[in-house]
Amino acid sequence: MGLFNPAFWTFVAAIAGIYAIMALGLYVQFSLAGLPNFGHVAFMAVAAYTMAILVVRYATPLLLAATAGIAASVCLAFIMGLPALRLRSDYLAIATVAGSEIIRYLALNLPDFTGGPIGSIGLLGPGDIATYNHDWQAFLDKAKGVIEPLFGRIASRDLAMAVVVWAAAFALIFIGWVLERSPWGRVLKAIREDETAAMAVGKNIVAFKMQALVLGAILGGLAGLLLAWEIGVFNPDDYQPTLTFYAYLILILGGMNRIWAIPLGSVLFSLLYTGTRFLNFYPLSLFDSGSRAFLRLFLVGLLLVAFMAFRPEGLLGNRHQLLLEK
Amino acid sequence: MLQQLAQLVVNGLITGTILALTGVGATLVFGIQRIANFAHGEYLTFGAYVGLFLNVDARQDLAVATAGAIAATALLALGLHYAVLRPLRRLGLVATSLVTVGIGLMLRDVVFMVAGPNIRQLNINQMVVFDLKLVRISPGQLAAVAMTIVIVPAVAYFLARTPIGKSMRAVADNRDLAAISGVNVDRIGTYVWLLAGGLAGVGGVMFAVVQGTFDPNLGFQVLLLIFTTVVLGGIGSAYGALAAGFILGLAMEVSTWGGFAGGLDPRFKPVLAFLALIGLLLCRPQGLFGKARVL
Repeated sequence: MGLFNPAFWTFVAAIAGIYAIMALGLYVQFSLAGLPNFGHVAFMAVAAYTMAILVVRYATPLLLAATAGIAASVCLAFIMGLPALRLRSDYLAIATVAGSEIIRYLALNLPDFTGGPIGSIGLLGPGDIATYNHDWQAFLDKAKGVIEPLFGRIASRDLAMAVVVWAAAFALIFIGWVLERSPWGRVLKAIREDETAAMAVGKNIVAFKMQALVLGAILGGLAGLLLAWEIGVFNPDDYQPTLTFYAYLILILGGMNRIWAIPLGSVLFSLLYTGTRFLNFYPLSLFDSGSRAFLRLFLVGLLLVAFMAFRPEGLLGNRHQLLLEK
Repeated sequence: MLQQLAQLVVNGLITGTILALTGVGATLVFGIQRIANFAHGEYLTFGAYVGLFLNVDARQDLAVATAGAIAATALLALGLHYAVLRPLRRLGLVATSLVTVGIGLMLRDVVFMVAGPNIRQLNINQMVVFDLKLVRISPGQLAAVAMTIVIVPAVAYFLARTPIGKSMRAVADNRDLAAISGVNVDRIGTYVWLLAGGLAGVGGVMFAVVQGTFDPNLGFQVLLLIFTTVVLGGIGSAYGALAAGFILGLAMEVSTWGGFAGGLDPRFKPVLAFLALIGLLLCRPQGLFGKARVL
């Protein structure tokens, strides 16, 4: 696919917007409430699977299935809240990554329920190809009709997706920004900075942390739904722990504690992630295209380490409000 | 039925050895450096591929390959300590965890790029089985048993009798008390990476021979099992990790025994272990044997 193919870049734009919503969920949990959730991907997986199973097996209307998907990630947040509210930060990181791997193993090993290793396409059993995003495509066709006057000839279903996703991302970030500046957001920051002090002024720490976790789960679930609709089919390997660390890298790239830096972080990340396929000049041309996929992941790791070492506040961050000291 | 149980016990002891050895390294790093090392699994991968290179490409004996893997992985761990983790020790717990995640991604993908994503195997005859009446053992398992017989007593002796081993346990147990008793905490912090790296190297080779085939995801798949071992044994407790590795290995295998209410489906062994990990972190963060104290 060429460097100047607009269809490709529309796809990248949609994915970047979805990643922005995913990272926003993590922002609420990690940057605001100080909960190092290393299992964010589980919210995405649970929402996507719930939605797909309801649509494919029970012909549930899409909106209802999507709501159920988000409700499922909220339930997971309550279960995860059990360790999240009691553990020291590094233990919490281990417990949450273990939790997300449990979800992935279950998806992999309950083929009658989840389609097993082949994923959503096998939801109706072998020999029957299951699809879940018919209604979503119909919705995008309608959205395409709406944006046609604005974009004219280049309007497409993919472009409609990108517009819908980014509109949602900016609306949600705006809500997050308002919440962060509200008394609620200030209490979360107080808990993050000094739990004992927050407790001493009579704040219910458990309740606030749980609210942050649930809010993050709703956003993670929404990102999981959008990602599932965008890619059309998914399988358990799409929900490897690596995806959670993409979200961390997006937060770090933009600025660990700047909510408006999330779009910048996700665009930079997506450019890095998809852009490496165009780096076919020497010496990178020594790698074949398969190896360059691993080069991408290598760069993700390198950037995580480098930003932590040299600029832990991110590109636009504020060094005075850093929760990485603990 | 009894034969199946005996077989599962043997398999469990072999898995248990690997978890015990790698767990000792990880728990001492946790206790001494206060690092939850998410790259520990990749140290195993690295060891397995060094062993693969020596054993298959350089046509060395498996014993030589194992020794090479131990040395190379120990040096890798030491190098990463000096190059990355030591300069960044001012960072907090979460930031350090993220750094080790990044190191793990880099290591895994370097192995992917250099060695390729194909499934590989060490130079071991996979076709024969030694039938010992009660149990059947593959040559790979036999090699793992041989490594166990050499290495587990050596590690136990090192921890119990040598000054460095005692100092390591002391620093992991109580850093300040060890420091005022004259232990050079900084130097022990360096040695512990050599130990953890070396044990991860041998663990990687053992996983490779026991599984038969492997790819660069080998280590990442066992990372959480290593963490489970560490938590089960009590974080920072070397003897605890030794015991916990065997307990976890046996528990995972024996839970699939048919005489045990039909047995657990083997596919759910990791789920069982991870649930145990979360449950332990919640209810007994001091591990099975530890005394409750503020962590």
